[in-house]
Amino acid sequence: MSTTNEKRQEYRALFKNNVKKRLLVDKLVHIVIFAFVIIAIIPLGSILVEVFKNGITAISYEFLTATPGSIGSGDGGIGPAIQGTLIIIGLASLIGVPIGVMSGIFLSEYGDNRLARNIRFFNDVFMEFPSIVLGIFAFLVIVLILGHFSVWAGAFALSLIMFPIVARTTEESLKMVPMTYREAGTALGLKKWVITFRIVISAAKSGMITGILLSVSRIGGETAPLIMTILGSSQFFSSMDVPMDALPLRIWRLSLLPYESSQLQGWGAALVLIFIIIGINLAIRYHFGNGNAMISRLIKQRMPTKR
Amino acid sequence: MTVLSTPAQKINNSIDSQIPDSMSHVEKKFKMIAENVTIHYGNTMGVKNVTMKFPEKSVTALIGPSGCGKTTFLRCLNRMHDMTKNAKVEGKVMLDDIDLYDKSIDPIYHRRKVGMVFQKPNPFPTMSIYDNVVAGLKLNGVKDKRILDEIVEDSLKMAYLWDEVKNDLKKSAIELSGGQQQRLCIARALAIQPEVLLMDEPASALDPIATQKIEETIMELKKEYTIIIVTHNMQQAVRVSDYTGFMYLGELIEFRETKKLFTDPKNELTSKYVQGQFG
Repeated sequence: MSTTNEKRQEYRALFKNNVKKRLLVDKLVHIVIFAFVIIAIIPLGSILVEVFKNGITAISYEFLTATPGSIGSGDGGIGPAIQGTLIIIGLASLIGVPIGVMSGIFLSEYGDNRLARNIRFFNDVFMEFPSIVLGIFAFLVIVLILGHFSVWAGAFALSLIMFPIVARTTEESLKMVPMTYREAGTALGLKKWVITFRIVISAAKSGMITGILLSVSRIGGETAPLIMTILGSSQFFSSMDVPMDALPLRIWRLSLLPYESSQLQGWGAALVLIFIIIGINLAIRYHFGNGNAMISRLIKQRMPTKR
Repeated sequence: MTVLSTPAQKINNSIDSQIPDSMSHVEKKFKMIAENVTIHYGNTMGVKNVTMKFPEKSVTALIGPSGCGKTTFLRCLNRMHDMTKNAKVEGKVMLDDIDLYDKSIDPIYHRRKVGMVFQKPNPFPTMSIYDNVVAGLKLNGVKDKRILDEIVEDSLKMAYLWDEVKNDLKKSAIELSGGQQQRLCIARALAIQPEVLLMDEPASALDPIATQKIEETIMELKKEYTIIIVTHNMQQAVRVSDYTGFMYLGELIEFRETKKLFTDPKNELTSKYVQGQFG
C-alpha cells in the first residue's frame, strides 16, 4: 500500500537479470535430469534384453508344459513351476489382499487415533522386513507344527509380504479422495460404511489396484520365503501338504547348475516369469476398467449417442 | 481498516432480534430453530451463541465477511461437524420439534430431512448422472426402478437440469459443466425428499449465467422447501432471500427481512457492510 514507485523499481532491480544464463541453466538442469533417467534405465533395460535374448531360445511347447528332465540333460520343462507360481500368487492374494485392503480402509477412514498411528508405524516397518525372515516365521509357525512343507505356509509367507504394501497404498489412495465426496455422502444421510465402500472406494479404485499389482509383482519374484515353505518339487501340484514348485525356485535351482543347458532353461524360466507378471498386470488393469472403461468412455464422449 | 468495532460496541449492538422482525406473516411456522448455538474448533470459537429462527417455505440468507462463521453455522444445522474431530457444538438445533443434538436421535436419519449443497460442485466422480441423483436413495435401500426413474425426472426438473441431460442420463457426471454439476448436486440433494435445503455459497464457483439459473432454481424451490443459503454476494441475497442474517466474528449481528436489512439496517456494522465499506 505504502510502497512508493521508486521502491518498486528498486525491488525489480534485485531480480536476476541475466536471461542468457538463466536459459542455459534451465537447459542444463533438463539435460542432467534426462541423463539420470538414462542411467536408471540402462541396467533395467539391459536385464530385460539379456533375459529376452537368452531366454527366448529355451522356450518351446515342451518347455512350458513338461516336468523337469534329468539334471543337466536340457530336456523337460518348467510346467510345475508355472503352475505352482500361479497357485501361490493366487492363494497369497486371496489372503493378503482382503487383509491389506481392510487395514488400509481402517487407517484412512478410522485412523485418526493413537492405535492407528501405531499400526501405521509398524506397518511401515513391516513393509521393509527381509522376506527371508517372513519365510522363517512361516516355517516356524506352520511347517514345523504341521511337520511337513506346505503350500499354505508358502501362501502365508507371501501374504505377509503383500498386505503391508496393499494396506499402505490403499490408505494413500483413499486419502487422495477429496473430503467433499464424503461430506456429500454424509449430507445424503448415508452411513459411514456405505460412503466408504460405495463412494470413496470407487473413486480410489485405480490407486488401490496399482498397489495390489505392485504387491503381486513383488511376491511373484520372491524366492527366499518359498525355500523355507514350499521347498520346490519336480512334480505337478498334487496336494496342499507336499512341496510344490514355483518359478523363482526353479530359476534359482537351474542357474546354480554347472550345465549350460540348465542355465539356458533358467533364462527361459525367468522370461516366463516376467511375462506372467506383465500378463497379470494387464489382465487386472483391463478387467477393472482402468484402461477399458476409460477408453470406452472416451469413445462415447467423441460420439454422443443419439436417440 | 476503518474503525469497525471494539468488542464492547459489537455486543451492545448485537442484542438485536433473533427473529426476523416485522414478519408480515406471523402465522408462518418456523421450520428450524437454532438456540444458543456455540461452535468451537479446538480452542477457537467459530460461532458465538447464535439464536436464529428460520420461517418455513422461505429463503433465509446468511451474509458476512470471510471467516465470520456463517458456513460453520450452516454446517451445524445438519450435524456436519460430526465429521470434524475437534469441532464441538453447544446449544440446540430444533427441526420441527426434534432437537438434532439430542443424544437419543440418529443423526443419519435426520440428515435425510436436511439436504445440503456445497460450495464447490461435488458430484460423485465414478457415477453417471442418473446414479448421482439416486445415490442417496439407492444407497439407502430404495430399489424400485419405477420410483427411481420418477424421482430422477422430478428432481432434475426441479433443479432445472432435466432438459439439458434427459438424453444422456448414463453419461458420467464429471463430463458436465461446472454449473450443470452444481444443479446436479441440487437434484441429488432434492432426491432424498428433504424438508430443508442448506446451500453453502452454491454459486460462488459459477459464471453469471449458471448463477442466474441456480437462483431461478432457488426461487422455484422455496415454494416447497425451507432454504438457508450462505452467500458472499449481497446482490444475490437481495435477489433470492426473504430474510437475511448478518454475521460478524462469529456473532449474529442483525436478522431481519431482507429488504429492511439492506435499506434500513439498524446496526452500524450491518449498515457499513451492506454499503460495502468493509468485508
